[in-house]
Amino acid sequence: MATAEPVRAPAWVRVGLVPLVNLLLAFIVTGLVVLAVGENPFEVLRLLVRGAFGYPEAIGYTLYYTTNFIFTGLAVAVAIHAGLFNIGGEGQAYIGGLGVGLVCLYLDFLPFIVVLPLAIIAAALFGAAWAFIPALLQAKRGSHIVITTIMFNFIAAALMVFLLGKVLIKPGQMSPESRQFADHLFLPKIHEVLEPVGISIGRSPLNLSFIWALVCCVLVYLFIWRTRWGYEFRTVGQNERAAVYGGISPSRVTIWAMVISGALAGFMGINEIMGVNHRLLLNFTAGYGFVGIAVALMGRNHPVGIVLAALLFGALTQGVAEVPFDIPAIDREMQQVIQGLIILFAGALEYMVRPHVERAYVALFRPRRQPVAAE
Amino acid sequence: MRRVLLAAVAVSGLSAAAQAQDDFLPAVVFDMGGKFDRSFNEGIYNGVEQFREETGIEYREFEVTNESQREQALRRMARDGADIVIAVGFAQAPALEVVAQEFPDTRFTIIDMVVDLPNVQSVVFQEHEGSFLVGVLAAMASQTGAVGFVGGMDIPLISKFACGYHQGAAYVNPDIGYFENMTGTTPAAWNDPAKGAELAQSQFDRGADVVYAAAGATGLGVLQAAADAGKLAIGVDSNQNYLHPGTVLTSMLKRVDVAAYNAFRSAMDGTWEPGVQVLGLAEDGVGWALDENNESLITDEMKAAVEEARQKIIAGEIEVHDYTVDNSCPL
Repeated sequence: MATAEPVRAPAWVRVGLVPLVNLLLAFIVTGLVVLAVGENPFEVLRLLVRGAFGYPEAIGYTLYYTTNFIFTGLAVAVAIHAGLFNIGGEGQAYIGGLGVGLVCLYLDFLPFIVVLPLAIIAAALFGAAWAFIPALLQAKRGSHIVITTIMFNFIAAALMVFLLGKVLIKPGQMSPESRQFADHLFLPKIHEVLEPVGISIGRSPLNLSFIWALVCCVLVYLFIWRTRWGYEFRTVGQNERAAVYGGISPSRVTIWAMVISGALAGFMGINEIMGVNHRLLLNFTAGYGFVGIAVALMGRNHPVGIVLAALLFGALTQGVAEVPFDIPAIDREMQQVIQGLIILFAGALEYMVRPHVERAYVALFRPRRQPVAAE
Repeated sequence: MRRVLLAAVAVSGLSAAAQAQDDFLPAVVFDMGGKFDRSFNEGIYNGVEQFREETGIEYREFEVTNESQREQALRRMARDGADIVIAVGFAQAPALEVVAQEFPDTRFTIIDMVVDLPNVQSVVFQEHEGSFLVGVLAAMASQTGAVGFVGGMDIPLISKFACGYHQGAAYVNPDIGYFENMTGTTPAAWNDPAKGAELAQSQFDRGADVVYAAAGATGLGVLQAAADAGKLAIGVDSNQNYLHPGTVLTSMLKRVDVAAYNAFRSAMDGTWEPGVQVLGLAEDGVGWALDENNESLITDEMKAAVEEARQKIIAGEIEVHDYTVDNSCPL
């Protein structure tokens, strides 16, 4: 029996059960915190779920947040497949949004059908460019990508404050924002699209970029698992030396992985700038770039997992925000605690429960299947 | 038929009057700083709390934590039947423009920004005038001949404070040394007391001995640094003199509490009116704080000088340049 290789739990345990156990743990601890501030955790949970899925408008908001998280989650995942930890999604999304905004501000004499692809390309190019510099530094100089990408978030923020405060600001206005885009450049909202068909859902910021997010999921899947380049990414990510032996250039993969990652993060700008705010403004990224890390971790870097994890975080963002309307004690600090706990358990503590869950599963189910080996 | 109509009108009129007393539902949507920022949002909070204490009428509230929640919160308040909704801060203007058109019968008051709609009341403040006065005090209190300013982010609103302050200081002493630092480039800049303290300390090291903070909760660090170093600081928005008695020279008051209180009160009394209210020195919308915590720091000479400057600004003899008019400061 000592010679037997360690028994492994089937994939669904790792992919499905472990995240669920994590989530359950997060909810239990959160419930205790809610109890500690003197509120009923089940009531809070009920309000949270109702706030996220209870009525059409809520679902729209949930899916709108989900859109952002899909983009940033995919961005993190693509980089992780190549062994890179891109923490710069926040800055890349910010600059991607700048690209979208510039196209909408300065090319607004063109019809929507022309501007939309240009805006998508601009989002990708700007986001990619912002990721390219840290990638180049990593590939050619060995500067660690975690450090450089996080620093580039601050450079992006500084650049945007400068541009919106001094250059792009609508003159004579207090708020550091550009003028509003021309009406015809607003990316249609889903409720506007469905209205002519006779389907009426509540007003929400959910717009067509959600469809683009799903398309990107498919594209990322095809790219990572069905192309030679994706194979190269994964090879470098799992064993750089083996990749070199196989004739793959890690520095080239590093640069391309980061460029694609940055482009995906940049697409968030389509949702926020062209879909919702219709003007360039500060801080529209609101931390979605960082949540993307948790989304990718929880989704195990697979597009399907990312969609599910993004939906969870989208529901959480929307649901938690609805709670204080009825229970004022769940204020913004409590909301942050709740979200933080769930990110902590679901994202960061992935490896805390995983061995236990797997071992428990094996202990419970394996011996019965292999009675002969027990002798 | 007519009698029925009349009766209906009478009944609905009665019930409307009764409703005004019982079901008056005010609401407030705070902005990113949160209602306990000891500054701008807290000023609003104090105003609506005063209303609650005086009338016993509960209000609904919400604190936004990201950009898209503003529209969501305003709409939610309006849909739930709020009689008046206060939107706190200029950043809520785009959201309010959308929601106010969706709910033309709901009254909205926005603080710090103008939204030109028939059901919106806009309250804006002449921060540069109040800042001018504390600039006068700063320059007179300074023994080193240099004063400092710590802002939150490099945005026009904060430059408006800085520019007015600088003008006030230069009005007293044209050769005054002046340092200006902004805390950061992300919203965290409004809530970073440690960095505020560092910036204030660096300005003290460079020779300033009075530092004015217009940076939300970051300013608390500036006030702390001045207390630690035995220098002077100037608070902002709410009266912050009590935080460190003896080292807070004064506070530039921006009476958002009065604005918030008046919005609720007038909506309840039926005297609320849409349009733009510009609150400056003449309207006591801005000013400087004098209480038992700082009276030992303000000499009679300073009092006289600042009062003279106040009168001259109201009379138009001193024209304080507003940074946001042309996005530049003459100094």
